[in-house]
Amino acid sequence: MELLSGGEMLVRSLHEEGVEYVYGYPGGSLLHVYDAFYQQSAVKHVLVRHEQAATHMADGYARASGKPGVVMVTSGPGATNTITGIATAFTDSIPMVVITGQVMSHLIGGDAFQETDMLGLCRPVVKHSFSIKHPSEIPEVVKKAFYIATSGRPGPVVIDIPKDMTVPNDRHEYVYPKKVKIRSYSPPQKGHTGQIRKAVEVLLAAKRPMIYSGGGVILGKSHERLRSLVRGLNYPITQTLMGLGAYPGTDKQSLGMLGMHGSYESNMAMHHADVILAIGVRFDDRVTNATDKFCPDATIIHIDIDPSSISKTVDIDIPIVGPVDSVLDEILDIIKEMKETPDADAIASWWVQIEEWRKRHAGHYDKNDNGILKPQEAIEGLWEATKGNAYICSDVGQHQMFAAQYYKFDEPNRWINSGGLGTMGFGFPAAMGVKMNYPDEMVVCVTGEGSIQMNIQEMSTCLQYGIPVKIFCLNNGYLGMVRQWQDMNYEGRHSSSYMESLPDWAKLAEAYGHVGLQVDTKDQLKGAMDDCFGKYKDRLVFVNVVVDPDEHVYPMQVPTGAMRDMWLSKTERT
Amino acid sequence: MRHIISILLENEPGALARVVGLFAQRSYNIETLTVAPTEDPTLSRMTITTSGTEREIEQITKQLNKLIEVVKLVDLTEGTHLERELMLIKVKASGAQRAEIKRTADIFRGQIVDVTASVYTIQLTGTTEKLEAFIEAIGPNCILETVRTGVSGIARGEKTLSL
Ligand SMILES: Cc1ncc(C[n+]2csc(CCOP(=O)(O)OP(=O)(O)O)c2C)c(N)n1
Ligand SMILES: [Mg+2]
Repeated sequence: MELLSGGEMLVRSLHEEGVEYVYGYPGGSLLHVYDAFYQQSAVKHVLVRHEQAATHMADGYARASGKPGVVMVTSGPGATNTITGIATAFTDSIPMVVITGQVMSHLIGGDAFQETDMLGLCRPVVKHSFSIKHPSEIPEVVKKAFYIATSGRPGPVVIDIPKDMTVPNDRHEYVYPKKVKIRSYSPPQKGHTGQIRKAVEVLLAAKRPMIYSGGGVILGKSHERLRSLVRGLNYPITQTLMGLGAYPGTDKQSLGMLGMHGSYESNMAMHHADVILAIGVRFDDRVTNATDKFCPDATIIHIDIDPSSISKTVDIDIPIVGPVDSVLDEILDIIKEMKETPDADAIASWWVQIEEWRKRHAGHYDKNDNGILKPQEAIEGLWEATKGNAYICSDVGQHQMFAAQYYKFDEPNRWINSGGLGTMGFGFPAAMGVKMNYPDEMVVCVTGEGSIQMNIQEMSTCLQYGIPVKIFCLNNGYLGMVRQWQDMNYEGRHSSSYMESLPDWAKLAEAYGHVGLQVDTKDQLKGAMDDCFGKYKDRLVFVNVVVDPDEHVYPMQVPTGAMRDMWLSKTERT
Repeated sequence: MRHIISILLENEPGALARVVGLFAQRSYNIETLTVAPTEDPTLSRMTITTSGTEREIEQITKQLNKLIEVVKLVDLTEGTHLERELMLIKVKASGAQRAEIKRTADIFRGQIVDVTASVYTIQLTGTTEKLEAFIEAIGPNCILETVRTGVSGIARGEKTLSL
C-alpha cells in the first residue's frame, strides 16, 4: 500500500493520465502541490506570465493533438484570470482540465485572503466542475475530470482544491482507478440506424446537395471518413471556421468556408441546396445569417453528438445523435450495401452551376500599386513560404478571417482559432502550446497589432522554455474588424478603433531576447519569410507586416438577410 | 405552454446551483421549483414548472440532461400525471367573516392549522389552479400572508422516474 499526500496524488494522477506538460502559475494555495511537482520529473510545469495564457497554451495543445490540455493556478486572482480561457475552450468544445487552488476548507465562505467562489464563477463556462472534500478523493476525481473533459462533446472541467487537501504529512492510500463510471453521464455511443438509413436515402436522392462540416469532425477525429464520403459521392463541401482542414482546402470539391465571411460559392450553394448534410456543426448565427431565411429549399440532415445542438437555431428534418466516427462509418456502409447511386446528371448540372458561382468572386481583391501589402497578399505569401503546412494559430479580427479565407488548410488540427468566443489574445499562447508539443513543426501565430498586445508578455515564457514560434502580425494600425463595422454601419466614425503609440516591434522582440523583422512593402515579404523560416528557424521571430488599413473582409453577409445576401466588395452586392 | 419537468438529481452540493444557474444563464423562466432527497439519500427529486414554446422546452430539457449531475428527467406534461402544491395561508378571521372563511376552507378541503382570535392559518393542498381558486374565493382583503411549496409532480400509473 502506497501512502501519498494530496499534492503527490495530484501529480501522480496527472502522470497516469499521460500528461506531459501542465501550464500554470503558483501561489499560496498551491504551494504544497508545487512542492510535489518539484520532487519528480515526469510531469513538467510550464510557468507562463499570465494565467489566461496558460489556458490558451493548454487549449492550443488540445486543438492540435486532440488530447486534453492541463492548467494549474492558484486561488483568487489566479483562478479568475483563467475564466476567459475556460470560456474560450468551452465555446469551441475543447477538452481541458483546470486545477485551481482554493483557501483552506475551514476558511471557505469567510471572505478569506485570495478566496473566490471558483465553482460559482466558472459554472456557466465549464462542462463540469469538482471540489475536493478529502485528499483521498483526488485520484478518482482526476480520473473523472479527464473522462468528462474528453468524452461525448468535449469541454473544460475545473477541479477546485482547498489547500488543506494537499498538505505533505497528511498521507492516504493511493490507488489510481483503471476506469470510472458516472451513473448520470453516458455520452451517446452510436447513432440511430433507422435515422441513418433515412438520411442516406435522402442524401442519395439529392439533386443539389451540400455537405456542411464543422469542428465536430475534427474533434471526433473523423476527417478520413468525411473525405471518403465526400469523394465517393462527388458532392460539394463547405466547412465552418472551426472545421477547416477536415477536408482539404485546395481540393476541387471544397467550396471554402461558409457564413458571414464565407466564400460566395459556399453561401450561394447553401442557399440553393435541396439537401444539406450537416456534420458536427451547430448552425451558429455567424453561419446561418437570418434563420427564417436560411436555406429555404433544403431538407436538412444533422449529425451531432450533442442532442441540444439539434434544432437549436434551425429546424432539422433528419437528426442523428451520435459520435461522428461511428455515424459516418454506418453511412458509408449503408451506401455501399444499397445499390443506389446519386443522380449523375443532376449532380453534373449542380457542379456546372457551382463553377459559375465560383468564377464570380473567386476570392478576388484589388492589389495596391504603391507597394503597400494587402492583408490577403500577406497571408498568401505566408502560405507559399510554409507550403500550406504550418500550424496557424490565429487571433481575432480581420487577420483571422483573411487567414481562414486565404490559407488553404489541407489537414485537420492545423487551423487553431477561437471561433466561438472570438478571444483576442488567444493566438500567441495557443501557438506556444502547439510548438512545445510539436517542436519540429512550423507554428505561426497570425495576429493583429491589437490582439497580440493582449498576451504579449508571453515572449518572456518563450525565452525561458525555448519556444520558437513565429508571430506574423498584420499591422493595419487599427482594430480593423471594429473599424470595418464602423465604416459600414457608422459612416466611418472610428470611435476608439485606432491604435496610437504602438511599440517598435523589432526592439520589443529583441528586448525579450528574440528576433524582430519588419515588412513595410510587398517586395520585403519574401525575404522576411525566408529569414523567418531559414536563418532564424530556431528563434522566435516577430514579423511586423505593415498592411493596408483600408481593407475590408469580403464577402460579408448582409445583416438579417439570407445566406446568399452578401457584400462582395465595398461597392458590389449580390 | 406550462410544463412540469421532473428531475432525478445526484444529491450533491452544487447540483441545485447548476440547475438554477442554467435557467438564469439561458434566460429560461422558473415558475416553481421544489427539491428534496428521495428514499435513496444519494438522489434528490426536483420538480420545476416552466413555460415556453416547444423549441424552448426542448432546449430546456436537453440542456438539463447535459448537466452531469442530472440522472434522469421527464416532462410530466407529456403524459397523464398528478401534481400537488401545498399552501399555508394566513387570513383575517373576525366577526361574521370567521364562519364564512371556515366554510370556504371546508369547500376546498383546507384545514385550519392555527387559530387566534382574529386570524386563521389554513393549510391547503392541490393543484396550482385549486390554490389560486381558493385565493380568489377568500379575496385579497383578508389575506395576510401566503406561503406555497411549488408544484411536486409524479406520473400516473406504472411509469416511474428511477435509476
Ligand atoms: C478580448 C476581446 N476584446 C474585444 C474584442 C472585439 N474585437 C473583435 S476584432 C477586434 C479588433 C482586433 O484588432 P487587431 O488584433 O488589430 O486585428 P485586425 O482586425 O486589425 O486584423 C476587436 C476589438 C474581442 N474579440 N476580444
Ligand atoms: Mg489591426
